[in-house]
Amino acid sequence: MFKDITLGQYYQTDSLLHRLDPRVKIVGTLVYIISLFVVDTFAGYFVCLLFLAAMICLSNVPVGYIVRGMRAILILLLITMSFNLFLTPGEVLVRIGFLKITREGLIFSLKMAIRLSLLVIGSSLMTLTTTPNQLTDAIESLLNPLKRFRVPVHEIAMMMSIALRFIPILMEETDKIMKAQIARGADFESKNLIKKMKSLVPLLVPLFISAFRRANDLAMAMEARCYRGGVGRTKMKPLIYEGRDQAAYMLLVAYFAICVLLRFLRLPFLI
Amino acid sequence: MIKISRLIHDYIQRDEEGNPSGTIRALDDISLDVEPGQFIAILGHNGSGKSTLAKHLNALLFPTEGAVWVNGLDTRDQNLIWDIRQTAGMVFQNPDNQIIGQVVEEDVGFGPENMGVPTQEIWNRVEESLKAVGMYEYRKKSPNRLSGGQKQRVSIAGVIAMHPRCIVMDEPTAMLDPSGRADVINAAMTLNREEGITIILITHYMEEAIRADRIFVMDEGKVAMQGTPREIFSRVEEMQALHLDVPQVTLLAHTLRQRGLSIPEGILTREELAEALLGGN
Repeated sequence: MFKDITLGQYYQTDSLLHRLDPRVKIVGTLVYIISLFVVDTFAGYFVCLLFLAAMICLSNVPVGYIVRGMRAILILLLITMSFNLFLTPGEVLVRIGFLKITREGLIFSLKMAIRLSLLVIGSSLMTLTTTPNQLTDAIESLLNPLKRFRVPVHEIAMMMSIALRFIPILMEETDKIMKAQIARGADFESKNLIKKMKSLVPLLVPLFISAFRRANDLAMAMEARCYRGGVGRTKMKPLIYEGRDQAAYMLLVAYFAICVLLRFLRLPFLI
Repeated sequence: MIKISRLIHDYIQRDEEGNPSGTIRALDDISLDVEPGQFIAILGHNGSGKSTLAKHLNALLFPTEGAVWVNGLDTRDQNLIWDIRQTAGMVFQNPDNQIIGQVVEEDVGFGPENMGVPTQEIWNRVEESLKAVGMYEYRKKSPNRLSGGQKQRVSIAGVIAMHPRCIVMDEPTAMLDPSGRADVINAAMTLNREEGITIILITHYMEEAIRADRIFVMDEGKVAMQGTPREIFSRVEEMQALHLDVPQVTLLAHTLRQRGLSIPEGILTREELAEALLGGN
């Protein structure tokens, strides 16, 4: 049931991108996503694609593995494409019954598809090359200025990392409860949606109870190990920028500058 | 190391609206002393108050009456809580609910991080603690991939990394298979013998208790019996009256003795029984 979830999966290998400071990767992903919305021509998307391809090369993650992750959004992609294809007004190219495909619609839906695919691949590249722990560390460090406005940054990061730690444990537990219910005649296979929803209740109640019990135990175990919030805490793996991280930031600035230029130069041969 | 004087702990019962409706006396007038470096076992059936007692040693619960001193520190003093928790580490029953890190080494580093130990020193402590429990080669693994016994040894390493004087283990082997159980107890024994760390082991496996220096048997919130393993396990009927078993060998020897064989009481191991039987001939 939960085998298909590939969200935030980490691909273990050694590469330049894996070793990069996670803060650079988060900032880089944000810059990359913004750049996808800055450029609006096919040439612009080509630049983004080149950048992405270079990053994939640096990541040592097999291209097939990344593309396979795209299957999850295939339906979403097809729906957005068809809506844009058929519903954009403009110069009619083909007419099938009451449906019409316009020139503008065709271009727009193509751009949309490219943009969406690049966006998903780009952001999944970040999670593929960064462990969840590094991600939470980086988020804590990047959000640090917000502490001045009394945002509990450390607590948020700690919550995220504990949540990630408990995902596999709770999944295992769900599986166990499900098997126990099936052994007593529960029906989880029903195709009927309402029946399916109803069968989830006896699954969720014990799951929630056990999750609360675990939370209680964990809180006590953390207190027993002197946890008292972020104040006065040291780090086992502090984040320190190195030469390659600075180089990466420079590269990002250059990349973004190119994207902005492409948008505002409005060269006549670009569509 | 630990001194408990006339300790009483009441749990407050609440009705459905959350109003206090009565109290349950979980610990009733307990006094005991633990010398530094001892290996102590606490036995007792479910609900005898042994977990409640354990939580007092770590300032997770506070006395209703009486007092607990850990290495001379009074647990009633709120300012000393963190020193006490550092002095007396705690290992709980369920390994999954006490491992915080997603990588073994990060979990072991959690305690020292909380104490504000400098980064380089944390790495030293993590290395030495993982080596002490024989889990060093698993340091980069995810805790989810380890067996129960391995997870529990990681939990122990997480406590050792805080350099405690005493480790309280609250049924650390209850959820483990026999080989995991042996690994955990051996790790605890090694720490006790080689590092001189005081160990307080709460268990209901009698085989684990026979290696202790001293045993406390709890019943209904009171210390019902105390003494060396040999003293405790030679009182077979008393133990059975408290719904506790004695080791199988001890029981066998006891039954043989009742049937008229001349062997001593309080036999704890198979070797001792064999020797006694051969000596009798």
